[in-house]
Amino acid sequence: MSVADQLDRVFREEWGQVLATLIRVTGDWEVAEECVQEAFAIALRRWPEDGVPDKPGAWLTTTARRRAIDWMRREAVGAAKLREVAVMAGAEDWPEEPESVVQDDLLRLMFTCCHPALAMETRVALTLRTLAGLTTAEIARAFLVGEEAMSKRLTRAKQKIKHAGIPYRVPPDHLLPERTPAVLAVLYLLFNEGYAATAGAELVRDGLAAEAIRLARLLVRLMPDEPEAGGLLALMLLHNARRDTRSAGGVLVTLDEQDRSRWHLDEITEGTDLLDAALNRRQPGPYQVQAAIAACHATAPTAADTDWPQIAALYAQLKQTPIVRLNRIVAIGMADGPAVGLKLLDDLQGLDGYYLLPATRADFLRRLGRQAEAADAYRAALDLTKTEAEQTYLQRRLDQVSV
Amino acid sequence: MKYLLMICGDESAEAHAQDGCGGWSEEMEARGVVRGGAGLRPPQEATTVRVRDDELLLTDGPFAETKEQIGGFVLIECADLDEAIEIAGKHPAAAYGTIEIRPVLEGPFE
Repeated sequence: MSVADQLDRVFREEWGQVLATLIRVTGDWEVAEECVQEAFAIALRRWPEDGVPDKPGAWLTTTARRRAIDWMRREAVGAAKLREVAVMAGAEDWPEEPESVVQDDLLRLMFTCCHPALAMETRVALTLRTLAGLTTAEIARAFLVGEEAMSKRLTRAKQKIKHAGIPYRVPPDHLLPERTPAVLAVLYLLFNEGYAATAGAELVRDGLAAEAIRLARLLVRLMPDEPEAGGLLALMLLHNARRDTRSAGGVLVTLDEQDRSRWHLDEITEGTDLLDAALNRRQPGPYQVQAAIAACHATAPTAADTDWPQIAALYAQLKQTPIVRLNRIVAIGMADGPAVGLKLLDDLQGLDGYYLLPATRADFLRRLGRQAEAADAYRAALDLTKTEAEQTYLQRRLDQVSV
Repeated sequence: MKYLLMICGDESAEAHAQDGCGGWSEEMEARGVVRGGAGLRPPQEATTVRVRDDELLLTDGPFAETKEQIGGFVLIECADLDEAIEIAGKHPAAAYGTIEIRPVLEGPFE
């Protein structure tokens, strides 16, 4: 591996940990970030000549800490500050930190970034910046906003954490049940942003899905007793396993037409193992249910072998939003036939303007042999699509039923 | 950290005006977090003051024409936002109105 590749890997893997430790040590987000940035800049200059150190994370933390001490010396005016510097500087050879402290730091950072007192989009952006180390420009691109606007949003978030007294800590046990979903929701959004991207710079977005998986892995390691964390990671892996087959030449390839031999078996195995372990805890939740649905698809040897009755039953376990109900009707239509599905579709409310509603109707009609009506429904769906991949797919279906 | 809890509600909140605080005040006094506060007369009895170009402008009623109006306020001092959220969440008005938590500007006034 070249030094550049190693640097890149170290950066991705260590950024969050080093920053988390520096925030704990300095108690100041902005200073911590600046010191960590400087440490990475120094590594960038030195490592190509000196070689990558054995423990790059420890090297970076030590370097960033020295920067922080310099900064505190400059800033130190009060006696209390000076004492702090003395304490920090006293340990010139810092003992190696036990693993658990570092992990606690990361978990603290995750919970602080995902604090419910911050707006959802701010939580996602802050997580990307602090835990994943994405640059402000990259985050702005991923969310289709200007870099300046994103920079302002991040600055405001850090100011709010500081001035509103959002604590840098993992919440006490009694608050965990209401705070953990915020962390899970951020990781889930992050994954979807990368996985189901409809626009934007592809490269960054591919990176988002991978980053979401990396952070979810971390969360599972940090919170082994939280079955929904395991469920979420399983869900991500089971979806991500199909990534190479979801489109061909920019055209959407539906599940039944995907080349299953190109699905990533290792991720499917890991996902189902994680799901089994989570389900064994007997605390079901929406991520575990969604992962179970994904597992039904991912483990079916052929599309025809898909366990549709099971999928329909699982959808019934989720909160009945209009989209969940639509998905359930699709599954019932596959299990009990298109006529049953079509009837259920008539009673579905609240999805006006959503292209998958007429597209599903079209599909049922096509399978019933009512080609003219199917063509009308495909045309209605085409009017509502926004991405080229979907349009091309629907146009192809329309051509099929129009012959 | 000091926070101002602004207790807000729409007109229906007036029905709760005589409810009292159901033990909240007693608990918070005992915890020693309350630094001051008061209930307020209704917004119809408010007067708004502005000075523009050295001219004093008075308006009848509250400045902000929002549905929700401040009915009272409490100044608290506690460890962090999580504790402030816990304190605000226990206030009976949170069950029918809303409570805005605002950190108090730290500065030379202290």
